[in-house]
Amino acid sequence: MVGVDGSNCGGRALEYAVEHARISGAKLYVAYVIEWSPFSFSTVQENMERHKRREEELKRANSEIIDPIVAKLRAEDLDAEGLVRHGDVADTLHTLAKENGVTNIIVGRQGTSKLKAHVFGSVGSHLVQGAECAVTVVP
Amino acid sequence: MGLTTLVSMLASFSVFAQEAGIDERINLAVKPFADAVAGAVFSSFPVAGVQIPFVLVWLIVAATIFTFYFNFINLRAFKHGFQLVRGDYHDPKAAGEVTHFQALATALSGTVGLGNIAGVAVAVSLGGPGATFWMILAGFLGMSSKFTECTLGVKYRRELPDGTVSGGPMYYLTRGLAEKGANFAKLGKVLAVLFAIFCVGGSFGGGNMFQANQSFAQLVNVTGGEAGWLADKGWLFGLIIAALVGLVIMGGIRGIARVTSKIVPFMAVIYVLAGLAIILMNFSAVPAAFMAIINGAFSPEGIGGGVIGVLFQGFKRAAFSNEAGVGSAAIAHSAVQTNRPVTEGFVALYEPFVDTIVVCTITALVIIITGTWDPSVDPSAGVQLTSKAFETTFAWFPYVLTVAVLLFAFSTMISWSYYGLKAWTFLFGENRVTDLSYKILFLFFVVLGSSMQLGSVIDFSDAMIFAMAFPNLLGCYFLLPVVKKELDEYWADYKAGRLVKTGDA
Repeated sequence: MVGVDGSNCGGRALEYAVEHARISGAKLYVAYVIEWSPFSFSTVQENMERHKRREEELKRANSEIIDPIVAKLRAEDLDAEGLVRHGDVADTLHTLAKENGVTNIIVGRQGTSKLKAHVFGSVGSHLVQGAECAVTVVP
Repeated sequence: MGLTTLVSMLASFSVFAQEAGIDERINLAVKPFADAVAGAVFSSFPVAGVQIPFVLVWLIVAATIFTFYFNFINLRAFKHGFQLVRGDYHDPKAAGEVTHFQALATALSGTVGLGNIAGVAVAVSLGGPGATFWMILAGFLGMSSKFTECTLGVKYRRELPDGTVSGGPMYYLTRGLAEKGANFAKLGKVLAVLFAIFCVGGSFGGGNMFQANQSFAQLVNVTGGEAGWLADKGWLFGLIIAALVGLVIMGGIRGIARVTSKIVPFMAVIYVLAGLAIILMNFSAVPAAFMAIINGAFSPEGIGGGVIGVLFQGFKRAAFSNEAGVGSAAIAHSAVQTNRPVTEGFVALYEPFVDTIVVCTITALVIIITGTWDPSVDPSAGVQLTSKAFETTFAWFPYVLTVAVLLFAFSTMISWSYYGLKAWTFLFGENRVTDLSYKILFLFFVVLGSSMQLGSVIDFSDAMIFAMAFPNLLGCYFLLPVVKKELDEYWADYKAGRLVKTGDA
């Protein structure tokens, strides 16, 4: 399973993942996580429109990021499937990996400074710490 | 278009305001009307020499009946409610939808506000320390009313074709009662219309004028009091707040609302921590304070009306603060994502609990142990009394409180503007004209509220908010079996362990 975010480093992770999937013949899941917390605060109006927004977010993530990638991979005869979900990036990638019996999670790295990573943590390190399968962080 | 209308309205108002004594003039013009409305809603009967308003009896009786009917749901579902808020039963596939926590937090930001700060001060100064006891009891019983109305709010909400949700008493009164037959359907419609009318009034009164009024009072308080420059500039304050509220509700500047919704919980935590700190620092005075609360509750001295008078003050302020039985929160709670409506009812138990049993009690304790409570104090002092109580220990607190009060008031106004708008569009249909006319009226009342004196504002606010309880609770009585059925089915599943816990899957 590869985590993408529509950016360059996600793109590098994808390239790496594709290469490995081609060699091993494994199925490749392309996952995109929409940042979201179940404990955030919002106004009444935001809550009332939340369901609609969520549908829009999912649709946009699928149509703009995941679908084109999956279509391209399938055209190259790879067994690919897209996954989109809301949540904390690292936690959600774990859950998705578990749900789909994934053996290797591949993610890119933002290249944040040490200080920033220390204070806020980074998706890569969170992922490595809690993973129940192999994690590959592509620089 | 919304903004230009707003600007021109503000401009004409400020020209009008050039004349001296505008506050007084507004006050004189509106007071008779406000008093008349208050008089009608609070039609009362005498008990032991005290005039007890019927509406208060109505609220407490309903809360008590619901508590017994659901076999003390406020106690037995307390733990499960917490598990739901914590997300133990959250379906990971529904990630991105409104969680129980979010629905509760949003509803709380609409209720925790000036009622907890100013209202409690009024209760304690008019009813003595004993009012606290009755306030807590009313909060406890009120949990059952909240449970009932919020369960119904979710069950009968409407999901519009565009994916947005609309819920609340208007919907369960119409849709819920319609399930019971043609006559009930008619009754439901009447009740829903009545509710909507009062809700619009409540959104102008307690959800708006009272907030503007009390936050202005506190601002005057910290900027030099009566002699300060701001003292007679209520209209100016009103205009500024109206402009800010206008930016959010008309200009669609969500950023302001979003920022407020994030700071308000933070301010509430500061308020509670400061209150707890004062209580701990005066820990030796706490037993005496509790004695004063208990003694004052059952054998008060020097309070008009004796026990009944104290009880009345406590119940009244609790009801005004947590709005249990009023139906407003059912609107906010109905946005939650769940296919078991009763789960939101369990979560809603926490609203009166946090609002009344925790926050109001802390305020009351601080006022009592700091000795700021004084029967001779002008009862209309409201928030200033609380401010003074906190100031005895933390000299800087009035400034923090001012910020907190402004933010609480602002977020409550934003929430209520939404409740009111939903009620308004329920009455007059949903289109740009009705939408805009409501919002302009709402802003007008912001200015009005900050210009009037507390007495008439409080009475009018109380009247409108409490009036909502008549149609709302009447409908709830008829729909009790529906809630009961939902509850029993769910509770059986819960007890048998048939519910899927997150992480079990």
